Amino acid sequence: MSSTAHSHHNYIKIFIILSVLTAVEIGITFLGLPRKLLVSLLVGLAVWKAALVALHFMHLKLEKKTLTIIAIVPFVLCVFLSLMLLPDIFPR
Amino acid sequence: MSEAVAVHGAVEPAETPLTPESWGKLGMWLFLAGDAMSFGGLIVAYGALRYHSKSWPVPAEVLGINLTALMTFLLIVSSVTMVLALAGLQEGDKPRFNKFMSFTILGGALFLGLQAYEWTHLIGHTLPHYNLAFGKDLFATTFFVLTGFHGMHVTGGVIYNSSVLAAVNRGRYQAKHVEIAGLYWHFVDLVWILIFTFVYLL
Repeated sequence: MSSTAHSHHNYIKIFIILSVLTAVEIGITFLGLPRKLLVSLLVGLAVWKAALVALHFMHLKLEKKTLTIIAIVPFVLCVFLSLMLLPDIFPR
Repeated sequence: MSEAVAVHGAVEPAETPLTPESWGKLGMWLFLAGDAMSFGGLIVAYGALRYHSKSWPVPAEVLGINLTALMTFLLIVSSVTMVLALAGLQEGDKPRFNKFMSFTILGGALFLGLQAYEWTHLIGHTLPHYNLAFGKDLFATTFFVLTGFHGMHVTGGVIYNSSVLAAVNRGRYQAKHVEIAGLYWHFVDLVWILIFTFVYLL
């Protein structure tokens, strides 16, 4: 896949979105939200930011779909690992 | 590649099916997938240890997020300058590449400087105040292992980027080599985004 001329304003747009999401992340920690809601929101925002970096800066969006599968595997395995550890975190 | 087949008969493909223009790119993606497991293991272990503990210091209190927010922003900016450097070189604009690549390296070096300051302040003042220390309690130990492991990756990235900058200017490296270095650098940024969220904010 040959490189096409990347529109620079697109990178800046992604950068602005990342900055806003970071500010939102920091902001919501001050809202005194219930713990479970805070965790869900922050994890969601972090994953969104990570996806933006992967898709646009690492050009995953322009690559073949199989590469995306390769990139996602570690995240799936880590979720699996978290689930497998639950009995040790909350033994009963 | 087709000439090779015509001359020699069946030959191994010269290009990878996934990333035809570069074996190195596929190699870097596969390396990053493995490295992600290393970080993933550490982060999941951090979560498991933290939530299994009866008590855990409040990160926002002990660590403070002002400096880290700046560090996060800095790394994101350096990712932008990295991808702009790549775009510059792909368009044949060497001065543009040099400018943005230098900014990227500077951003990384600055991040490390800020982290060194953060660590010094934590070790010298804040942690003793809360009676916390690396090797004594889990909060401090997991913090330094996680951020230290990441910091080593940033250090490697700064050296890597500097080498690539020099090699391009010596005519030995081209855009595709910069793209591969970019993948590593964006990965380092991506991991920090996750560490910032789990260790500092939550």
